[in-house]
Amino acid sequence: MIPKTLIIGAALSAIFIAAAAISFIWTPFDHAQLAIPNKLKLPSVTHWFGTDHFGRDIFSMIMVGARTSIAVAVIAVGIGIVLGVPLGLTAASLRGSWLDEVIMRSNDLIFAFPSLVIAILITAVFGPSAVNAIIAIGIFNTPVFARITRGAALSLWSRDFLLAARVAGKGKARISVEHILPNILNLLIVQGTIQFSLGILAEAGLSYVGLGAQPPTPSWGRMLAESQTMISFAPHLAIFPGLAIVLTVLGLNLMGDGLRDLLDPRIRRQVT
Amino acid sequence: MTLLHVENLSLSINDTPILNNVNFTINSGEILGLIGESGSGKSMTALSTIGLLPHGSSTSGAIILDGNDLVQLSEKDLCDIRGDDIGMVFQEPMTALNPVQTIGDQVAETLRIHTKTSRRDALKIARDTLNRVGLPADQFPLTRYPHELSGGQRQRVVIAMAIALRPKLLIADEPTTALDVTTQAQILDLLKSLVDEFDMGLMLITHDLGVVAGIADHVAIMRKGEIVEAGPTVQVFQELNHPYTRALFDASSHIPDRKTARADTPVLKLDNVTRDYPTPRRTLFGKPGYFRAVDGVSFTLNRGENLGLVGESGCGKSTLTRAILGLDPITSGTIEVHGQKITSQTTTARHIRRHMQVVFQDPYSSFNPRHKVARLVSEPFHLLDTPPADARKRIDAALAQVGLNASDADKYIHEFSGGQRQRIAIARALIIEPDLIILDEAVSALDVSIRAQILDLLADLSDRLDLSYLFISHDLSVVRAITDRVLIMKAGKIVEQGPTEEIFQNPTQLYTKQLIAAAPNIDLALEKREHAGV
Repeated sequence: MIPKTLIIGAALSAIFIAAAAISFIWTPFDHAQLAIPNKLKLPSVTHWFGTDHFGRDIFSMIMVGARTSIAVAVIAVGIGIVLGVPLGLTAASLRGSWLDEVIMRSNDLIFAFPSLVIAILITAVFGPSAVNAIIAIGIFNTPVFARITRGAALSLWSRDFLLAARVAGKGKARISVEHILPNILNLLIVQGTIQFSLGILAEAGLSYVGLGAQPPTPSWGRMLAESQTMISFAPHLAIFPGLAIVLTVLGLNLMGDGLRDLLDPRIRRQVT
Repeated sequence: MTLLHVENLSLSINDTPILNNVNFTINSGEILGLIGESGSGKSMTALSTIGLLPHGSSTSGAIILDGNDLVQLSEKDLCDIRGDDIGMVFQEPMTALNPVQTIGDQVAETLRIHTKTSRRDALKIARDTLNRVGLPADQFPLTRYPHELSGGQRQRVVIAMAIALRPKLLIADEPTTALDVTTQAQILDLLKSLVDEFDMGLMLITHDLGVVAGIADHVAIMRKGEIVEAGPTVQVFQELNHPYTRALFDASSHIPDRKTARADTPVLKLDNVTRDYPTPRRTLFGKPGYFRAVDGVSFTLNRGENLGLVGESGCGKSTLTRAILGLDPITSGTIEVHGQKITSQTTTARHIRRHMQVVFQDPYSSFNPRHKVARLVSEPFHLLDTPPADARKRIDAALAQVGLNASDADKYIHEFSGGQRQRIAIARALIIEPDLIILDEAVSALDVSIRAQILDLLADLSDRLDLSYLFISHDLSVVRAITDRVLIMKAGKIVEQGPTEEIFQNPTQLYTKQLIAAAPNIDLALEKREHAGV
């Protein structure tokens, strides 16, 4: 049976991804077109979510902003997986060796820094841009994947079928790729979904302080930041991007939980 | 006096029938042996009695303990009965105790839940109970943690928890299956003496006829959720009225037909092999110590010979296996496989590994669940320089050797039962035509009837293919049935070796004598009890 959380989560995530995809071919208005006479319009039939202080259509901006969020989060999670999973597999296969120690202690080191502060540092040094935000978020995803990979791989290394593979003369690297990786894929998918939602939050946070994607590229975080001074007379400016962030992150988290229930054999109730 | 009366007990879980019309009675001071293979419903019978069935189960019938029908009681009333009137001992002492609580607190917990004793009084009773189960105060203070105890000692703690309140009924579900033979014998003695002393009823659940034959007053034999035969132990085992009882009995003392040892060409030769493990440093700059797991082991295994290696847990037999297979380096000595030497300086090359394969104990963890049988079985082809052109043919042949069909190659491993999986493991070992197969407790996890089939298969393969086996086991009856020679290992050393029958008839070392005396033996047990006039 498919968990309810998975259905709700997948539906919310699908809406968000669809909005991003559709924005490439169609948005109600040009998201960058200024129309000062139309500024600060409340939601209406023409402007579904209203307009901002430059008269831009908020609905269109949110659709295009979804694109930015997805791009940043996907690439950042990708960096985390590409770096973290091999590190975790290596550490597990050389358990107890100095390399294992070096890898895992470096991970601890990265974990020890507050991620957003370091992201701010990186973007402050190298200049604020979407690319630097991606790199900063990606670095902080790496130890998450390294740890989860190592933990899951370690428990697999004690299983007999890996001994059998070693008796068949296979090396540790080959066993890691051939036997361990497919068996921990479930876990990585679940963690990937959750990191994806955290990536979206991080991107919104960096943009909010002006260190993410730069104008005119719309970004949910920056929309929130710009609306701040007008919140008393135009609350819709803050409400809609805020809702977009909340619902997307909620959707991805629910989907992660649901996938975990569905895929993780340790939680799945054993039917014998 | 009738203590527990189970009448027409039927159980289904999510509409799958599990138990069907189970009837039995246990009197005070009496031991009922509930025997059956895996899936026979013996554990479910115990869980029904104590009211701990999984969700989605529905029961009918009556379980009358001392006049109360447990089936009708509410969860709250059952909580009062569990631990107070009924105690339970589980199979796995490693997981039955809470690792972060002292043994004293754990035994006292049962007392404090059911009686209004103060912590101090409860600890005092806990102390007395632990003394009674053979854990005296000077060696085992109440402040010990479970990880400081061995498996047998932990099982004693579990028993102490179960009997702390002097329950009327004790349920022991495979209480000795995870223990070594000598420890098993001690725990069984303890259970028996507790039953006599407290006038308890004991429901002893086991798959091992030898265990039951020694101590049970009555036995009930279960198959597929039904009791097929029940009665006084000696009578049931001597008359063997029901065909299933007879089949079980035959299977558990099964000796496969095989030719005896032949040519003197050594396949595996160990000379003074030693393996040390570093132990953790005690001080920051102190030198790490060493633990000698394998200590100067020498033996020769000839072509076509079946050599047994017997020892209790922790004796170093697994370390030795790993060293022979080239999975771990050795510290000193030489291992010679097929005439090629391996020392502490060399690593085991592929052309040496090609001559040996292994079958592990647990058929459920021996295979990657995501690969199909063809890929699983053909994994050792990696040891050849080039993959064989007729790979598929050889896979089919290997499956045929172990009695499976070629069509099984395209299935996933979860479609097979434990016995079939063990056949697949043997096929995987056979596929590169090794001289030597190491069988690491290869039949220990199997039911007796399946075990008999696998032993027959192994004997047949050894005869036909002139294979040598290194048969590692803690089960003496199996070793006796299938090996030509046997090595007895203790604390890293081989203490005795020689032809199997000779060692079993006339053991010279004290340790060997203890092992043989402790091993459950149906015939001996029955003979003894007949003399005693039970």
